[in-house]
Amino acid sequence: MKAVICTLLVGLCLSFHSVGFAQSATDYPPEIEERAREVGQQLRCVVCQNQSIEESDAELAADMRRLVRERLSDGASEADIIAQMRDRYGDYVLLKPPVQTNTMILWLGPLALVLVLIGWWVASSRRRNDLSPTSELTENEIERLKKLRDESR
Amino acid sequence: MFPETGQMALALALAVSLAQGIIPLLGSHRRQTRLMMFADRAAIAQALLLIYAFGVLTYVFITSDFSVKLAASHSHSAKPLVYKISGVWANHEGSILLWVLILALFGAAIPIFGKSLPLSLRSRAIAVQGLIGAGFLAFLIFTSNPFERLFPSPVEGQGLNPILQDPGLAIHPPLLYIGYVGFSVAFSFAVAALLEGRVDAVWARWLRPWVLVAWSFLTLGITIGSVWAYYELGWGGWWMWDPVENVSFLPWLCGTALLHSILTLQQRHSFAHWTVLLAIATFSLSMVGTFVVRSGVLVSVHAFAVDPSRGVVILALLLFFTGAALALYAFRSGTFMRRTKLNLVSRESGLVINNLMLVASTATVFLGTFYPLFVEATTGEKITVGAPYFDIVFTPMMIVLIGIMAFAPLIKWREDSLSRYKALFLKAAAAVSLITVLTYLFGRSVLGAIAIGFAAWLIIGTVVVLYKRSGGSWAKLRRQPAGTWGFALSHLGVAVFTIGVTFMSVGAQEEIGRLKAGDTLDVAGYTFTMGALEQGTRDNFVYMGADVAVTRGGRDIAQLRTEQRLYPVRGMITSEAGFRPSFGATLFAAIGDGATGQDMSNGVIMRAYYQPGVVWIWIGALMMAFAGFISMADRRLRVPSSAASHQRSTSIAPDAVPAE
Repeated sequence: MKAVICTLLVGLCLSFHSVGFAQSATDYPPEIEERAREVGQQLRCVVCQNQSIEESDAELAADMRRLVRERLSDGASEADIIAQMRDRYGDYVLLKPPVQTNTMILWLGPLALVLVLIGWWVASSRRRNDLSPTSELTENEIERLKKLRDESR
Repeated sequence: MFPETGQMALALALAVSLAQGIIPLLGSHRRQTRLMMFADRAAIAQALLLIYAFGVLTYVFITSDFSVKLAASHSHSAKPLVYKISGVWANHEGSILLWVLILALFGAAIPIFGKSLPLSLRSRAIAVQGLIGAGFLAFLIFTSNPFERLFPSPVEGQGLNPILQDPGLAIHPPLLYIGYVGFSVAFSFAVAALLEGRVDAVWARWLRPWVLVAWSFLTLGITIGSVWAYYELGWGGWWMWDPVENVSFLPWLCGTALLHSILTLQQRHSFAHWTVLLAIATFSLSMVGTFVVRSGVLVSVHAFAVDPSRGVVILALLLFFTGAALALYAFRSGTFMRRTKLNLVSRESGLVINNLMLVASTATVFLGTFYPLFVEATTGEKITVGAPYFDIVFTPMMIVLIGIMAFAPLIKWREDSLSRYKALFLKAAAAVSLITVLTYLFGRSVLGAIAIGFAAWLIIGTVVVLYKRSGGSWAKLRRQPAGTWGFALSHLGVAVFTIGVTFMSVGAQEEIGRLKAGDTLDVAGYTFTMGALEQGTRDNFVYMGADVAVTRGGRDIAQLRTEQRLYPVRGMITSEAGFRPSFGATLFAAIGDGATGQDMSNGVIMRAYYQPGVVWIWIGALMMAFAGFISMADRRLRVPSSAASHQRSTSIAPDAVPAE
């Protein structure tokens, strides 16, 4: 049984991607590391299913993590790195979509909706208040009602 | 032959559900009592047939009858019994069967628990429930037959997706489905009320317990799912705004809005239109959830039974039921036009803001989830909408919501004046400011301190409401109706949840590194020491694992066991994180993906996390779920038989103590 498992393991490990961490994250100074995390959490691991490069164990994510740290060590700013990644992988790599023409609805939609809903609420509560006086009885009607009441007694 | 009886039961259930959907509608249209009475029996018969079919499938899985294709491709004789059973719903066909079973059980619950409902409304609601059942049963039988045979039958099954072999995932789907499908009752009641042309406070009172059941189970289901993802996916996240998470959150948000709008309808006879629309929307969003998980239209870490062609059928069913309900609304809603005066300072206004914010946040989550799909379909460009988007857009709405929910329950129905609360308001604001400043001095985080301030605001507000309602008397407090306790517990749950999230987002720390036995990682003052790596076999998998010793200042804190598991039957790997949950900081260690079977002389990737407050996130969510169950015990929700005459709801005095 043990031999079978060993064969299986050897066979399978060939098919698994190995994790491409040449270096542990602790090789960089803490302030670089902290900034790198900030950047990494905004970048999508483009081969993964909706994970940031900081969260993913995929090889590409590890490469991207390393790139982020190298660039930061070379003195690049966060914005530079994000721009570079965007050039390479397109908007798809940005977990926070950029504000541009095709994301207008996305960024402004919620705010617009809140404003519309509040406007609608205020308008309809005003309308209701405007309506209410007209539903009050006129003096004539009060007379008639009184008469009807007296009759039915 | 035995599995075929299950299939026959399914076919019969389809026939029954069609009859259940048509005959009572005819009956209530023609006012023929006998036809309407048919609904009760049909609903119970359909449920019994589906219980039988589900039982047969479970038996097939337990006995490992691999002549049934579903068992052959999703089960294995070497699997522990509990996963043989959970394997029944851990696949597309079985999960749809569970879905229709729960639908039918809710359908049968209407005649059992709803004896006091007027016959016409009841039979119509059951009929709608029957029509939904017919749609999904037809889908099940014609596109995803769970009893399909395999010939020749294999000696061994292919095993269950290992990621699903986990106690969390065994109970997560049924809980989630009870939540999703429970909202079908709200939908059916809304459609029935549209057919009746009458939506009033009595209707709201009938509807409320059903919504509470569904909402509570959905809350539980989402919470269990979050806990599961936390320890199984191995990177210490409790919520990542993943599409599949979002689609389970959509009916929750909408259902929460529904719960509060029902309250207003019940107390103040307003919000009738709004409540009906929310009831329709909530179940529609539940169907969206069912569709998205199966269709693969959205890329997710959680989707498990992806099949685009069959997903389309669910989309068609979803569009049909939602479209039909909305069309009916368009034609019939004029009949329950009813305007009541709404004052700006009143409990109703607070509930309006609650509803606006919840609806806007539902729309936001929907937009963010489906936007990449929309952009790709219209322009061909690929974009990503990830966690940072939701954090920016969703959080402010929740902050407004928390700000309002602290004092809205204090304000009177109908009309009130804010000046009455001025002194109280100032005192509370002073206390909140003090807490915020102290938190800032302690935690050195501005945003964190503000968030804690809001949580404190909510706790103070809720306690003040309890105090006011009891008039400060212990005996009177104990006599408060269950609804009040449900309100208090759920709102406090939101506060606890907020505190947990704040601590987690401000205080969490992590380290990652390639470690050999004896190597260490330091996180937040804790030292994680990798133990000896070992390999072996257990149950139906091969594992590689290590004990990670956590110490702090030389003192032993915890031993965390983390493993990578390889399931040879499927050739899949899962990770098992080791974590020590604690009311303070949870410690968490996971060895990385791809470690199994590798040359370990260079060590393996390990992630170590220090996560304060994460447990409180789930405790807060459980408080909300539990609060829903408590509210159901409220006597005022048991409609007295006199109300069965379905009078126009003048019976409820507007000044009566509100049911929360």
